[in-house]
Amino acid sequence: MALLDYFLRKKEKQVTTASKAKERLQIIVAHERNNRNKQPDYLPQLTEDILVVLRKYIHVSDESFSINLDNKDGDLNVLELNIELHDEQKTN
Amino acid sequence: MARIIVVTSGKGGVGKTTSSAAIGLGLALKGHKVVLIDFDIGLRNLDLIMGCERRVVYDFVNVINGEATLNQALIKDKRVSSLSILPASQTRDKDALNKENVGKVLEELGKTYDYIICDSPAGIEAGAMMALYYADEAIVTTNPEVSSVRDSDRILGMLASRSRRAELGLEPIKEHLLLTRYSPKRVEEGEMLSVEDVEDILSIPLLGVIPESQAVLKASNAGEPVILDTESDAGKAYQDVVDRLLGETVEFRFLTAEKKGIFSRMFGG
Repeated sequence: MALLDYFLRKKEKQVTTASKAKERLQIIVAHERNNRNKQPDYLPQLTEDILVVLRKYIHVSDESFSINLDNKDGDLNVLELNIELHDEQKTN
Repeated sequence: MARIIVVTSGKGGVGKTTSSAAIGLGLALKGHKVVLIDFDIGLRNLDLIMGCERRVVYDFVNVINGEATLNQALIKDKRVSSLSILPASQTRDKDALNKENVGKVLEELGKTYDYIICDSPAGIEAGAMMALYYADEAIVTTNPEVSSVRDSDRILGMLASRSRRAELGLEPIKEHLLLTRYSPKRVEEGEMLSVEDVEDILSIPLLGVIPESQAVLKASNAGEPVILDTESDAGKAYQDVVDRLLGETVEFRFLTAEKKGIFSRMFGG
């Protein structure tokens, strides 16, 4: 029967389990890598909202403002906000 | 400066300790001063693979706690004098290690040794993070199998974000792919991910491919790292890995199945 298997196997080659494995891995790994680096969905909206509030009181240009969400040691999320104040505002 | 190399994987049972032992011994045989550290606190096993389990008196945690000096805890290999083993403790809790005290031990070892090989525990918990934290290089041990490849990718993420090098913004850890338990025959039959498949997915440079081999079990039975079995495919493949780590260009072998004669093909076997 080994002879028969030998010829049959050639035909089956198109969808091997190894190629299925590769395809599944490529999808899941890409997905997980994406999550690893991704900022949460709400971050752009949060940024907008914070800027609106800030601009009620002080002048903040887009360049002097940055927001960053960082994950420290796996269990601590740190929201970091950097606002560069201009000289006249500091003295107020 | 000592090269600190972590042997890691995420998934358990893929050959981290076998690889640590073989590579450590291989580097020592080349005349380098090597220390092998077992980071698997609670589940000591490197000593068994190295065949020095009956010579363990003090361990890593004893050193950390100041109950023994480093020299008291280090076990000199009986085969190669330039190789030492720092065993893990069996009973202490995992939280015994922290960045500060591990850093001190590594710094001390760095004064004497050329290579510090850190055999990581499985998982992505504190122990595994501690093993990779100070690494300059990482040997990501992977089986050609879905769960192992996925876990290796998670570990690559950790290497890039949770190591000392990442935290200080230094040059990233140099990553190496070590594919173990490779069966060229099954790859050819479409039943196993190929070297190229795994390289495609993980996209890190290939350090070595260790073929599935009965020599590995025999080696661990005897407590003689498989690299000493110079007749075996696995032993030869580990030797190639050592040469590559030392900067040599060595062609990859054992990537194709042995060709069978027409008779065995027709009649099975």
